[in-house]
Amino acid sequence: MSVPLLQTSGLTMRFGGVTAVDSVDFALGEVELRCLIGPNGAGKSTFFKMLTGQLMPTAGTIRFRGRDITEAKTHEIARLGVGIKTQVPNVFNGLSVYENVFVAATRGHPPHRARTMVDQVLTRTGLTDIAFRTVGQLAHGQRQWVEISAVLAQEPDLILLDEPAAGMTYDEVVRTSELIREINRAQALIVVEHDMQFIRMIAKTVTVFNRGRILVEDSVDAVLTNQTVRDIYLGKQAA
Amino acid sequence: MKPRSAWPSLCAVLAAMLLVMFGLPLVTGLFGLVQATVFIAMAVLALSQGFIWGFGGIMSFGQSAFFGLGGYTYAVAVMNMGDSTAPFFLAILLPAAFAALLGYFMFYGRISDAYVGVITLTVTVILFNVVNSTAGDVYHIGNAPLGGFNGMPSVPPLNMPGDPSTPLEPQQIYYVCMALLILVYALLRLILASKFGRVVVAIRENETRAMLLGYDPRLYKLLVFAIGGGIAGLAGCLFTNWGGFISPTVFGLSQSAQIIIFVLVGGLGTLIGPILGAVAIEYLISVIGSQQTLNADLILGVVLVAFVLLVPQGVVPVLRNGVQRLLALRRPAALRAPKVAQP
Repeated sequence: MSVPLLQTSGLTMRFGGVTAVDSVDFALGEVELRCLIGPNGAGKSTFFKMLTGQLMPTAGTIRFRGRDITEAKTHEIARLGVGIKTQVPNVFNGLSVYENVFVAATRGHPPHRARTMVDQVLTRTGLTDIAFRTVGQLAHGQRQWVEISAVLAQEPDLILLDEPAAGMTYDEVVRTSELIREINRAQALIVVEHDMQFIRMIAKTVTVFNRGRILVEDSVDAVLTNQTVRDIYLGKQAA
Repeated sequence: MKPRSAWPSLCAVLAAMLLVMFGLPLVTGLFGLVQATVFIAMAVLALSQGFIWGFGGIMSFGQSAFFGLGGYTYAVAVMNMGDSTAPFFLAILLPAAFAALLGYFMFYGRISDAYVGVITLTVTVILFNVVNSTAGDVYHIGNAPLGGFNGMPSVPPLNMPGDPSTPLEPQQIYYVCMALLILVYALLRLILASKFGRVVVAIRENETRAMLLGYDPRLYKLLVFAIGGGIAGLAGCLFTNWGGFISPTVFGLSQSAQIIIFVLVGGLGTLIGPILGAVAIEYLISVIGSQQTLNADLILGVVLVAFVLLVPQGVVPVLRNGVQRLLALRRPAALRAPKVAQP
């Protein structure tokens, strides 16, 4: 079997007495699209923070194309080709949309090349009209798009999206799902989302987190009809 | 709306500075020029604080540490070497290296912003106390007695590069200081326009996002802090040249506080603001100093409180916004910035 793009084994994160992520074995292939669902507190965001080096796992390993990145710094992981849109948008609020994306594009590229990349990304995400507005003044949905644009300009091989559709109108959700499918032609993605309609639009394989563990991993139809998954989302105790 | 190019404003500022540089000697005598020289040294110091604080987001309470270090480095080196050429560069390099070392411990040690303030403040207090207690013949570096709280008198001024027998006249020192101020300003503008500068500002805006995009904020902050230290050192060298004298008060707390007031009054996040703030405050202090009724520190305190309460952005940003609004009003409505795009 070929080396997976991303692989975690026994990945564990404890905060004091709370185990937020509990020995997770997870693998993602090249150019794969995976959806990650699970109730609040299931450990999805903690999982993402460990993948991007924002949290150091208590135990276990993370490998990116076979390379151990468990103890790598956030910026080193980003340089290897991992981009993330965080749950609460992390953007440069005082700068314009253009500059937000430019800062992402300019790492490893000369300015003229970076400018071309910014123009392309903004066209792709439809932000050209507001390119010179200050990001701090934009609506939540637009700021999410700015963050996605910056991640795209970074040209990562793996893109992590933490609730990309949160706070968006239906039209925006549809546009986001189209964009994700388009991105997936060349890049791998892991998408955390609660919106099941959205999951149906994009997903092939879904991994369900519950209480820090992987509950099931299956096709989208199988997962959404799974009685246990329904129960944990409705708040019942998982069997 | 495309943002205006930065070139017109840069050219305008440089032209205005050159005008002042060559215009001032026509309207004032030697006394005025000598007084202007110390204002300029303070303006360079204010630029260092304005750069690291307004653009790097690093709140240093101890820029005076690098200022004093630059001044003392120049004094000690020139008294030992005779020729001022190497001491001039040492006065920039040594404080920059010291800032880099201090920055390494602060930024790579992941110390929070508040503690950066505390540590820089402590460093300048330590330097003050150390240098203050070096009175007596025992304390000297080579031929240079440190003089403790009495300071170091009769420090030779800058000379023609490589020619110690031709010291510069006070007018020439004025021109050198002004030229260096312009140079530092232009250099900082270039740095900010570069890729490095953009990343520095991005880190100020959101350190996490910068890291997630693959930049190491520790390295960028360290470099910004070192550049700021070097500029503050240069200011210290110019200050020592102005009076031919340096004493431990350059490390003092009131000196540190003044630098912050320069930047607050002029405008945080601009480069011209700190320059104007420094000149205005220094001028105010010299005017107050010529009479006995009001205490200068008291007035400075009132100015600080008034600005924090009434003009927290500082003078330059407020003026700039005002001018932009006026320009927008003069243009016909159709040409104004497009209305907010629908979310």
